[in-house]
Amino acid sequence: MEPVRYRVLHETRYDYGSNVSLSQQQLHLSPRVLDWQQVEEQRIDITPVPTWRRDGRDAFGNPVTWMAFHTPHDELFIRSAMTVAVMPHLPKDIEASLPWEEVRDRLAYDSTDPIPSDLDATRFLFESPHVRVKHELADYAADCFPPETPVLVGTQALMAKIFREFTFDPEATTVSTPVLEVLEKKRGVCQDFAHLMIACLRALGLAARYVSGYLLTRPPPGKPRLIGADASHAWVSVYAPGSENDWVDFDPTNNLLPNTEHITLAFGRDFSDISPLRGIILGGGGTEPDVAVTVIPLDEEDIPEELLVAKADASPPSRLPKAADASKPAKTDPDDK
Amino acid sequence: MARTLLAIYPHSPRRYDEMLAADGSVRPHWNQFLEHLDAVTPEEMRRRLDFSEQRIQENGVTYNVYADPNGADRPWALDPLPLIIPPDEWAELSAAVAQRATLLNAILDDLYGEQTLLAEGLLPPALVYGQHGYLWPCRGVKPPGGVWLHNYAVDLARSPNGRWWVIADRTQAPSGAGYALENRLIVSRVFPEMFRDLHVQHVADFFRDQLDGLTALAPVEGDEQPHMVLLTPGPYNETYFEHAYLARYLGFPLVEGQDLTVRGETVYLKTLRGLKRVHVILRRQDDAYCDPLELRGESALGIPGLLNVARAGRVVIANALGSGLLASGALMGFLPAICRHLLGEKLAMPSVATWWCGEKPALDYVKENFDDLVIKPAYPTQNMDPVFGNELKGEARAEMLRRIEARPHAYVAQEMVNLSQAPTWSRAHERRLLARPVGLRAYAVTTPDGYSVMPGGLARVTTGAGTRIISMQRGGASKDCWVLTNGPVSQFSLLKPSVGVRDLVRAGSNLTSRVVENLFWLGRYSERFDDSARMLRVALSRVVVGGGQKTPVVIAAMELARRLGVLPEPGEDTEVKEGGEHELLEAIYDPEQPGSLARNIRALMWSATHVRERLSLDHWHSLNRLQRDQQAALKTHPTLTEAIAFLDRVLGVSSSLTGFAMDNMTRDDGWRFLFIGRRLERLSFLSMMVAHFLRMPAARSQGSLEWLLELSDSIITYRSRYSRQPELLPVVDLLVFDESNPHGVVFQGNVLGNYLERMGRELGDDFGAGLAAALAPLQAFDLRRLENIQFDSARDYSACEELADILQSLDSAANKLSEALGMRYFTHVGDVSRQTMAV
Repeated sequence: MEPVRYRVLHETRYDYGSNVSLSQQQLHLSPRVLDWQQVEEQRIDITPVPTWRRDGRDAFGNPVTWMAFHTPHDELFIRSAMTVAVMPHLPKDIEASLPWEEVRDRLAYDSTDPIPSDLDATRFLFESPHVRVKHELADYAADCFPPETPVLVGTQALMAKIFREFTFDPEATTVSTPVLEVLEKKRGVCQDFAHLMIACLRALGLAARYVSGYLLTRPPPGKPRLIGADASHAWVSVYAPGSENDWVDFDPTNNLLPNTEHITLAFGRDFSDISPLRGIILGGGGTEPDVAVTVIPLDEEDIPEELLVAKADASPPSRLPKAADASKPAKTDPDDK
Repeated sequence: MARTLLAIYPHSPRRYDEMLAADGSVRPHWNQFLEHLDAVTPEEMRRRLDFSEQRIQENGVTYNVYADPNGADRPWALDPLPLIIPPDEWAELSAAVAQRATLLNAILDDLYGEQTLLAEGLLPPALVYGQHGYLWPCRGVKPPGGVWLHNYAVDLARSPNGRWWVIADRTQAPSGAGYALENRLIVSRVFPEMFRDLHVQHVADFFRDQLDGLTALAPVEGDEQPHMVLLTPGPYNETYFEHAYLARYLGFPLVEGQDLTVRGETVYLKTLRGLKRVHVILRRQDDAYCDPLELRGESALGIPGLLNVARAGRVVIANALGSGLLASGALMGFLPAICRHLLGEKLAMPSVATWWCGEKPALDYVKENFDDLVIKPAYPTQNMDPVFGNELKGEARAEMLRRIEARPHAYVAQEMVNLSQAPTWSRAHERRLLARPVGLRAYAVTTPDGYSVMPGGLARVTTGAGTRIISMQRGGASKDCWVLTNGPVSQFSLLKPSVGVRDLVRAGSNLTSRVVENLFWLGRYSERFDDSARMLRVALSRVVVGGGQKTPVVIAAMELARRLGVLPEPGEDTEVKEGGEHELLEAIYDPEQPGSLARNIRALMWSATHVRERLSLDHWHSLNRLQRDQQAALKTHPTLTEAIAFLDRVLGVSSSLTGFAMDNMTRDDGWRFLFIGRRLERLSFLSMMVAHFLRMPAARSQGSLEWLLELSDSIITYRSRYSRQPELLPVVDLLVFDESNPHGVVFQGNVLGNYLERMGRELGDDFGAGLAAALAPLQAFDLRRLENIQFDSARDYSACEELADILQSLDSAANKLSEALGMRYFTHVGDVSRQTMAV
C-alpha cells in the first residue's frame, strides 16, 4: 500500500498590542515519527528570533521545543512547515480484538511483573488534568460494552454514540470546560469529544490517549483550496493489545477510524500534555492568537508556491488569512468519504 | 515531694506512657527532670511560663490559621515540658529515619528515571501515574548529585508496646524544623539547669549539616560562591513565620516567585543591584506551583522556565520538583519489599499497618474490619480528613463504603493507633501534670555522607486526652524534644555567641527588588492616604460649619477634591445631593470607589503586609484597627461627627507611621525608596493642589486661602509669621517657594533631589536631571507678579495661570520619575505573568 504524502503549514500569530518584556514558550508543533508515519521534512521559523531555544523530547516521547524571548516585542509569529507521509494502518478485524474485560484485567495491578506494553499503557489509564474519571462516565459508556464485547467493537460503538448524541458547537465550550459539563450539555468541539471519550474508556478501566494532529479537509467541488482554512484536530487512541500497533485511533468528531487522512503531531494523557503552543508572558495586551492551518495532499493537488519549500527567512506574510476558529475544525460529513 | 505531681497524674494501661513504666514507676531518663519539676515553686513556674509566652509574643512566633489578609494568625502554642528520649533509643530511631530518607530518595530517582519498581511489579502504576503529584515534565530530570529529597520529615507515633511507628512521610516541603528550633531556644531557657545537666544534644549541628549538604551540591562555576535562597509562597501561608525565621537563621534571602527570573538555563534573583545567579532554592512552595510554563499554568506564584534550569542541572531545588509524590500513605505497604530491592536491606522501622484499597484482598479486609481502621485519602492532593471507621454509622457509613467501592485506588485504611501519652503542664491549675497523646515529627537532611537526623524534633500533643488527631490547625500544642547523650554535647551554634568586627552587618545590600518596590508603594500610599484624609476633613468640616448648606466654600473644596481625584467625577445622571454629605462619606468608607480613603487603606495594607517584618507590631496593629473600623462603619452609617473623628484617627496613625520610619528604620536602600515614594507623592499632591486652586474660579471666594493652608497643614506656620488674614502672595510663597516648609513644593523637590543624588552615587544611575529641569522655572518665577492680587476679586489672573502651568509640569516630571524608577529597579508586582495557549 502506498503512503499518502502531505504538506502541512501551521501558522500562529500573536499580536500583543503592547510590549511583552519576557516570554517563555513550549511548542508541540513537530510531528512524531510513527510506524505508519514518516516525517520527510520539517522546520519551525520564529519571529522575532528567540533569545534562547532548546529542542528535546517530552516524557511521552513527543518532540518538544522550548524557547525564551528576553527583549521587548509586541508580536510573535511561529510558522511550522512539514512534509509527512502516512501509511494506511486500519485494524484488520476489530471483531478479533480481545474482550474488553480481558484488557481491563491485564491493566489492573496484581503484584506480578507486568507485560511491558501493558505497563506502558497504564500511563493513560488514570485521571489527568482535563480527564476526570467519574462513575457517570462509566454509566454513559456501559451499553456500548456488554460482557465479552471485543474492545475495539465497544470503542467503535462508544464513538458512534458520542457522534450521534453530541452536537458540534464551537460556542458551547472553552479549553477548560470539564468533561462532566460536556456530557450534560451534549455539545462541544473535537477536543471535548476526545476528552469525553477518553474519560469514558478510562472509567471502564481501559487505557486511552489523546492525539493531536491535522485532518485533511476537501474544498467544495470546483473550488480551490483556501490557504489557512484548516485547523488542528484531536482524536483518541485506545489500547488494544494484539492489534497491529497495540493502539487503534478513533475520531469521535467524525465517527471514523483515522487512516491516511489524519496526520499525527503528538500524543499524551490529554490536551494539557501536548498543547501545540503554551506560554507565559509578562506584559502585553491581547493574548488571543490567530491560527491558520493548511493541509495539502502532495500527490493530488498543485501546491501554491509559498508552501512548496520551507522559507529561508521567517518574515511573516503581510496578512495572515483569518482562520474561522482555531480550536474548532469544520465537521466533515462522513458520507463524503 | 515528687508524689504530689505524680499523685494525680492519670496513668492509662491502654497507652504507652513516656514518663511512667507499666508498673507505675518513673522511667529512669525522666527521674531527674521530674524531681526538678517537683522542686520548682508554683510562683517560679508561673514566672517561667510567663517568660515562655513573652518570648513567643515578642518574636512574633505565629501560625496562620486561615489565609486571612486581615491577619488572623495565632501565637504559637508551646507546652514547656520537653519530650525526653534516652540515648540508646534515639540511636535506633535516628538510624531508621536516615534509612527511610535514603530509601525514599532512591524511590524518587527510580520513578522519575528507569522505573524498575513498576517493571518488577513492586509498586502499582496507580500510585505513580494515578497521582497528581507525579509531575510528568520532571521525568528524566537528573538533579545535581542524584539527590531528590534534601529535606525529609516523618511523623512518628509510639504504639502501646513501646515501638515507634511511621504514621506519615513528608516529602513535599516539610515544615516545622524552624518551630522546633524556636521551641528549643525557649525551653532551654525555661529549664536551663536541666538542659545542661541532662546532656541534651543541641540541634544547631543539624542546620549546619543542612547548609553543608546544600553547599556541596550547589552547581557553582569558577570561583562563584553558592547563592542560596528560601522560596516562600508569601505572607498568607500558614507557616510563613517559619519561612522568615529559617531564612534569617540560615542567612538566606527570603524570596517569592516574582523575585526570581529565568534567563535561558539560569535562574536569577532580582536585586536592587541587578540580577544575581541563584544556585540553590530551598523550597517551601509546593512543586506543582513552581513553573507555570510546564506545571500548573494558572499559578502566578511560580518561576516560568524553572524546569528548564533543572533539566540543565544548573540549580538545586530542595526538594526536587516532583518529590511530593511520596507523601501518599498508600505507598507504606509496599516499602518493605522496595527496601530490599533498592537498598538490599530490611526496612528498619515499620509503618503503621496500611492497606491500599486498590488491591482486591486489601479492599476485602478493609470492608470486614472497618471499625478498627482509619480511612485516609491515598493521594496527598485529595482534600479529605481522616475518617474513623467506628465513628461512622448508618447512612454515612454506607456512603463511605460506596465511595471506596467506586474508586478503591483513591483510599487507604490504617490501623488505629493508640498514641503514647506524655505529661504536659496544665494552664488551668496551679500545679498539675496532664497526660496527653503525643506524636513526634523527626527531620533529616542530605549531607555528603548520607542523611543527618535532627537530634530532637517537633513533638506535638492534642488538646484533649481523648483527641485522636494531632494538628496545629485544630489547636494542638507543641513541645520541645530532648534527646539525651552519654557523651559530650557539641557546642556548635549558628547563632554566634558574640559578634566580631568581621561579622558586622551594615545596611542590607541584598534587598530584593520586590521588597524595595513594596516599600516605595508603602511610602506613596501612606502619603496618599494622609493627603486624602486631610482633603476630606477640610471638605467635611466646611459642610458641618455650613449647616449642610452648599456654601461657596463647600462648593470650592469639593471641586478641588474632585480635581485631585479624592472625589469621583459626577456622572451625567447623578444630581449632586445637597450639602454633599453622602458623597463625602462614600469617599471615606467605600472601598469600591476609586480614589476613596477606604481604597487607599486597602492598598496601604497590601504593601504593608509584604514588608511586614520591617514594621513594628504596634504599627501593624494600628493599621489593622483602622481597616476594621472602616469595615465596621460600612454597615453602621456613621454620622458626620463620627466621620471627622475617624479622619482625625487616620491622620494620627499616619503621623505615627512617619515618625516610626524617621526614627526607627535603618537608613538603607529600602528606607530611601520608602521616602522617595513619600516625597514623590507629596510633591505631586502639593503641586496639583496649588495648580488647581489657582485656576479654579470657584476658589476665588472669601475664606478659600484659609482652608488651602489647612489642607497643606501649614496654617500654624502662616499664623506665626503673619498675624493677618491669609493673602495670596504669602500663602503661595509658603506653599510653593519656602525652602524650609516641609509642606511646600520646593522643599519636597529639593529633598527628593538629594535622595536621588545619593542613590545615583551608590547605584550608578542618574534620575535627578528631569526633576531639576522641572524645578528650574520655579526658581525663575518672579514672585512680584503676585503682589497686590486680591485673590477673590482680581481682574487679571494670568500670573496665577502661569504658575499653575509650571506646577503642572512639575507633577508630570514627578510621574515620569516614578515610572523610570519602576522600570529600572522594580519587579512589577502588579504585572502578573499570564498564560497563553494556541492550538
